Amino acid sequence: MVRLIARRLVISVAVLWLVTLLVFVATLLLPGDPARAILGQQATPERIAALHAQLGLDAPVWERYLNWLGGVVTGDLGTSTASQGPVAELLGGRIAASLVLLVLAAVISTAAGLALGTWTALRRGRRADHAVSGASLVVAALPEFVIGVALVVLLSTTVFPLLPSVTLAPPGEPVWSRPSQLVLPVLTLVLVVAPYITRMMRATMSEVLDSGYVEMARLKGIPERLVITRHALPHAIGPVAQVIAIQLAWLAGGVVVVEFLFRYPGVGQALIDAVNNRDVEVVQAITLLIAAVYIVVNLLADIVGILTNPKLRSEVSR
Amino acid sequence: MSTQSTVFRRALALPQARIGLVLTAAVVLLAVLGPWLGPWLTGHETTAFAGKPFRPDGAAGTDGLGRDVFTRFLAGGATLLLYAALATALGVVLGTALGMVAGYSGGRLDSVIMRGNDVLLSFPQLVFALLAIAMLGPQGWLLVVVIGITHAPRVARVARQATVAVAGSDFIRAAQMYAMPRWRILLREVLPNITGPLMVELGLRLTYSIGYVASLSFLGLGVQPPAADWGLMINENRIALVVQPWGVLLPVLAIAVLTVGTNLITDSLASAAAGREKEVVA
Repeated sequence: MVRLIARRLVISVAVLWLVTLLVFVATLLLPGDPARAILGQQATPERIAALHAQLGLDAPVWERYLNWLGGVVTGDLGTSTASQGPVAELLGGRIAASLVLLVLAAVISTAAGLALGTWTALRRGRRADHAVSGASLVVAALPEFVIGVALVVLLSTTVFPLLPSVTLAPPGEPVWSRPSQLVLPVLTLVLVVAPYITRMMRATMSEVLDSGYVEMARLKGIPERLVITRHALPHAIGPVAQVIAIQLAWLAGGVVVVEFLFRYPGVGQALIDAVNNRDVEVVQAITLLIAAVYIVVNLLADIVGILTNPKLRSEVSR
Repeated sequence: MSTQSTVFRRALALPQARIGLVLTAAVVLLAVLGPWLGPWLTGHETTAFAGKPFRPDGAAGTDGLGRDVFTRFLAGGATLLLYAALATALGVVLGTALGMVAGYSGGRLDSVIMRGNDVLLSFPQLVFALLAIAMLGPQGWLLVVVIGITHAPRVARVARQATVAVAGSDFIRAAQMYAMPRWRILLREVLPNITGPLMVELGLRLTYSIGYVASLSFLGLGVQPPAADWGLMINENRIALVVQPWGVLLPVLAIAVLTVGTNLITDSLASAAAGREKEVVA
């Protein structure tokens, strides 16, 4: 089992390395002279020459890759062409802001999904089950920004003007100092992710409730509450844990749209700004960061899968 | 062929399939006919449907001076549908081909293809699209290509798994003994037997494609102004949500109805395919 996890770890590192290669190669797609593409047609020759020097464009490709990779590994993420400041500085506070959003959304959607899934599994075929299953099928289909805009319409403007729809973050003041402005972004992310967890939990829990050992526990006369908490839940959590982790990894991407929608000062909004400004080094840094988070969470998902499922302990290596 | 039609028939018997078909058909009809219908209709009844003409305040960089919201709404679905359909087709074809080759061949080719998949799978799809758009600029063909490419490894996983399941069957061995070329075995023997999971995948990818194309336009990185497009419209008009809610509500509703519709169809296909599997096992 340890070897299996170690193997999975090595694969993740290899994938991460290939991702750095891909993120670097993407810059070679910049049409013509990258410096001109970044600065636009009106750029003076001096500006272009300066950017050439800054980006190290005169060196051969492999040397540029190694320089860049070396910088990334040592925490030097390059310089933003838009703000002329170091990328690492630009991202510092934003990473914390995005993490707050992610962690809150992850905790709430996991708790809600597990609870709703169990609750509906216990009421299979009844009205509550149909209502929740139908609602989760509908909500799961909606793109994040549609959910977010619908929430803005409902809770922040026309119907019930209760919550702020735009995040205001004066410099130096962390976003969580005004908790009310976190509600809508977090709620949007929860509504995006929770339906999947609910559906998976309901399916797994239903299967477990039909199993022989749950029937056995019931026949022994164990109180229903104990049957569920001691016998059914532990068996359902394992398979669901992987789905949860996949959904949480997915949040790392979903956060981009949600941050843009609510003008939330996180990494995702910085990415959109950087794409609009053709701020190549910022785009590289953020895509690499998000990919790294994604890989790590998926790795954790697989490890949880290996640890919780006795069958997977030997089968997962494919 | 017959197995495929029973999956369809069984799916159609489910109520969510019928609701899904009606919802999807309604929006598709609206999106396809809208560009022609708009000018003809709104020439008569603009105010009745569109509310006040909306003047964009320049934040979204639009050109309009009181452009008619309803006309723009009617015209705004065509590009979205076209891009989403093309991206889905590209992703499903590419992914199916890769997955079948990997699953059928096994060995080194299999591991090379699947490791390549892993790299693409380590980006959230939208972030990969943003990386490409940052380099090449927001262009229609790029949206289609990039969303298609990011669908491919996800489809490939499903296609590979289904292919592995049938690769050892007697009819495949028989075809191999006839020395049928590999591409013919894949097309004639394997492909018809994995259509169940692929149909589900097709529906799923279509739903996601609609979401991604609309999201990118919403982010200002897809369909560009001054074109009329639902995603773009939502972004342009959300600043004036209180004054002119229709500019946001109409496209939001259309996208919601469309994705819910395709998801309902997908769900019914999944139940039908799963039901068939159970029957075969039993």
